[in-house]
Amino acid sequence: MIRIDCPSCGGRDEVEFAYRGDATVVRPAGDAGEEAFHDFVYRRANPRGWHVEWWYHQAGCRQFLKVVRHTMTHEVHAVARAGDRVEVPAAEHTGVPAAEHKGVPAA
Amino acid sequence: MRYSGLRLFAEALRGNSGWKPAWRDVAPQKSYDVIIIGGGGHGLSTAYYLAKEHGITNVAVLEKGPIGLGNTGRNTTIVRSNYLLPQNHFFYEKALSLWEGLEQDLNYNAMVSQRGVINLFHAEGTRNAAVRRGNAMLLDGIDAELLDKEQIRALCPLVDVDNARFPVLGGLMQRRGGTARHDAVAWGFARAADQRGVDIIQNCEVTGIDVEGGVVTGVRTTRGRIGAKKIGLAVAGNTSRLAQMAGLEVPIESHVLQAFVSEGVKPLVDQVITFGAGHFYISQSDKGGLVFGGGLDGWNTYAQRGNLPVVDHVWSAGIAMMPSLSRLRGLRQWGGVMDMSFDGSPIISKTPIGGLYMTAGWCYGGFKATPGSGWCHAWTIAQDAPHKLNEAFRLDRFRTGHLLDERGNGPFPWMQ
Repeated sequence: MIRIDCPSCGGRDEVEFAYRGDATVVRPAGDAGEEAFHDFVYRRANPRGWHVEWWYHQAGCRQFLKVVRHTMTHEVHAVARAGDRVEVPAAEHTGVPAAEHKGVPAA
Repeated sequence: MRYSGLRLFAEALRGNSGWKPAWRDVAPQKSYDVIIIGGGGHGLSTAYYLAKEHGITNVAVLEKGPIGLGNTGRNTTIVRSNYLLPQNHFFYEKALSLWEGLEQDLNYNAMVSQRGVINLFHAEGTRNAAVRRGNAMLLDGIDAELLDKEQIRALCPLVDVDNARFPVLGGLMQRRGGTARHDAVAWGFARAADQRGVDIIQNCEVTGIDVEGGVVTGVRTTRGRIGAKKIGLAVAGNTSRLAQMAGLEVPIESHVLQAFVSEGVKPLVDQVITFGAGHFYISQSDKGGLVFGGGLDGWNTYAQRGNLPVVDHVWSAGIAMMPSLSRLRGLRQWGGVMDMSFDGSPIISKTPIGGLYMTAGWCYGGFKATPGSGWCHAWTIAQDAPHKLNEAFRLDRFRTGHLLDERGNGPFPWMQ
């Protein structure tokens, strides 16, 4: 059971929330091109470690929250409002840096 | 050593002193033609079909622990090919046909039991969807049968067909579907691959993949570096991490799926039955335990354990479908980490890195695909090109827009 300390409502169980995925993904500019939109929709670091993610408090304040949670221990490190910056604890970075990313070539 | 009834009889008279280990315990060589990472059903079957179909026997299967203890040992053992999309039809039908001849092929009792898979529906809309799927299957030569309420009542007497909230209108049945013994599948493929010269190396965790000039050259492991001309990934749940070792990021998230076994009881459930008003599926093992599962916990995780909200949900859905379940105790409950792909369909493919291949993204459905996945993965590795059966499961389909969104959920792995 994950407990999320909602900034508006206080500590609540995960069953009140809907998970909405990786919160580090940023929508590119409209003219950014197919490559950027492919990465926006499909490219994820999927880390084994700290993960910044969206949780929608649908049975509470109906706000989107930004949660820093560990994907092995399920420990919640921080909960913030959608527009706030969150601090991610130092840990091994498991994603591929953009400069080294091989991508998936067009057919 | 060939297994047979006569052999069993002879060994019984000799105090079972003549049995030998089913596969060799070997140390890794310096290099191999092909290294398969992952000693589960998919990796072992890939190695087996590489040897059997393509004559490639200088192959090692590397497994970080003992074989078959990942998702191969954690699933609900269902075998079926009742899909909607034609690309899935041909692939899963190949897998099902391999299941049908698997025990003779491997000389190993995988306990394949074609007891039938029934998908219940509870409303006109879901009935229409079932009819559409059944017709699509029949058009591609796969068996499907529409059952009405009274047929369900006769076949599955414990299902609450008159449930006030979720009355059962009928079901779509695939009689050739059923179950198999998951451990025996891993052990059978391991033994058969070993007999053809494949090295199965347990307790050998891969810590890095060496890539030079865009081509793989080998792996670094807890038992030293091993060279390889080609590498196949069969590491469900950890595909992202392994692919990242080669500098590749894949459209996959890792999620946990739980399964359950009740205390053992006399025969209660003759088929595999799925609930249409919630995510729940059930069958009965030969030991008598009811084996069942539900949906994902729903958020990224690499932990092989489930959480209580889904335990509650799965039991509730099960009791809605089959009220007598409420009188049974749960015996065990566990979790396996799934590769959830963004369109809910698998990836058996080449990658942008030369000599690197993968069978991945199996979502809920990896077990039923085991022999087909290995067969197609072996073909893709041996020919350096996909077979017609897995051409649609390319990694680059996410870029070209050729998605296989069987469930129609869009690019949301936790909803697939």
